[in-house]
Amino acid sequence: MTNTDWPLWEVFVRSRRGLSHTHAGSLHAPDAEFALRNARDLYTRRGEGVSIWVVPSSAITASSPDEKDPFFEPAADKPYRHPTFYEIPEGVKHL
Amino acid sequence: MATAAAQKTDHTAPYDGDGTAATAGYERAFDAAVAADERIEPRDWMPDAYRATLVRQIAQHAHSEIIGMQPEANWITRAPSLRRKAILMAKVQDEAGHGLYLYSAAETLGTGRDELLDKLHSGRQKYSSIFNYPTLTWADVGAIGWLVDGAAITNQVPLCRCSYGPYARAMVRICKEESFHQRQGYELLLALSRGTPEQHAMAQDAVDRWWWPSLMMFGPPDDESQHSAQSMAWKIKRHSNDELRQRFVDICVPQAESLGLTLPDPDLKWNEEQGHYDFGAIDWTEFWEVLKGNGPCNEQRITQRRRAHEEGAWVREAAAAYAAKHSETGATRA
Ligand SMILES: [Fe+2]
Ligand SMILES: [Fe+2]
Repeated sequence: MTNTDWPLWEVFVRSRRGLSHTHAGSLHAPDAEFALRNARDLYTRRGEGVSIWVVPSSAITASSPDEKDPFFEPAADKPYRHPTFYEIPEGVKHL
Repeated sequence: MATAAAQKTDHTAPYDGDGTAATAGYERAFDAAVAADERIEPRDWMPDAYRATLVRQIAQHAHSEIIGMQPEANWITRAPSLRRKAILMAKVQDEAGHGLYLYSAAETLGTGRDELLDKLHSGRQKYSSIFNYPTLTWADVGAIGWLVDGAAITNQVPLCRCSYGPYARAMVRICKEESFHQRQGYELLLALSRGTPEQHAMAQDAVDRWWWPSLMMFGPPDDESQHSAQSMAWKIKRHSNDELRQRFVDICVPQAESLGLTLPDPDLKWNEEQGHYDFGAIDWTEFWEVLKGNGPCNEQRITQRRRAHEEGAWVREAAAAYAAKHSETGATRA
């Protein structure tokens, strides 16, 4: 039995209360409990986190890099979704 | 390796190509991304040689981190105070962590963890030659922190901007941690240097032995470095070996003065015109000998690594058995 038999986990760390969990990296572990402990030792040795999520890498569905352009294209031609699109007379406040 | 490939999850699986017509377009996109200083991510198309170069470099880097634990761990039980012992344990643990960040980065390129360890254990992949030197006295722990970690930092800071995203991100994390490594080593040497004459002599002896091997850590001179030009073009590397070596020398000279220690090079002197320190010729025969396996500790390091791996087998097996049993009972309950 080798390490390869241990599945890969993605680690997400909340650095402090009020912030969302952010992807920190990945690691191998035999089960979720070990993955959590390993993640603590690997990614929070200096108090970098107050909460950890571990997710089996195989459970993640990702968008395909091949379809990157058509997939995200619909957002590209809609500048009116940004506040800077609108012209407001000078002097108008709180807008 | 088939098992590793089969285990790859979809989002980390490397793009494996689908014919030349499509590839030409992908190659243009890759070149454009590198030219624009964007990062290449795991599922992007990349040239085979780019992937192979990264795997070789990241693997060698990961192996260096974990082999590098040995010379320092040698002194943990004999640290002169509880403070120094706690510091050294934390540092050695960090190096294990660095190895893990880097193995993860290498795995995003489609090479499994056990394949990498196999190649280390069988000598098919290398680790930094510096770790084939022995740690003879407690002062060596200080010299390693100051010089070896110092040289590593000089090498690694530019790698934080490497074109391959996962490698660059691992380096950012590592560089943050390295600065403690270097400072604890410097502080340790300073304490010895200001101590009894015997302690001072011990610190000087350690610096005398580690100085030249540390300069060799930057690799062969630019005109003999095989992979440099291509790596620079791909923005894996940002500076040449000699450039980084010079930067390191310039940083170390004043630091040595503050330590009250000398560097073992009679040719070391400030060059007003260049704005750099001139330094003596490096003994590259020694470098190539150690690389070939003839250093003082090559045999010992790899034997110890293999033994640690084999002796840990039962722990890995037990954990996997526990996990399997746990998921079975979970399944029946569900
Ligand atoms: Fe390190
Ligand atoms: Fe270090």
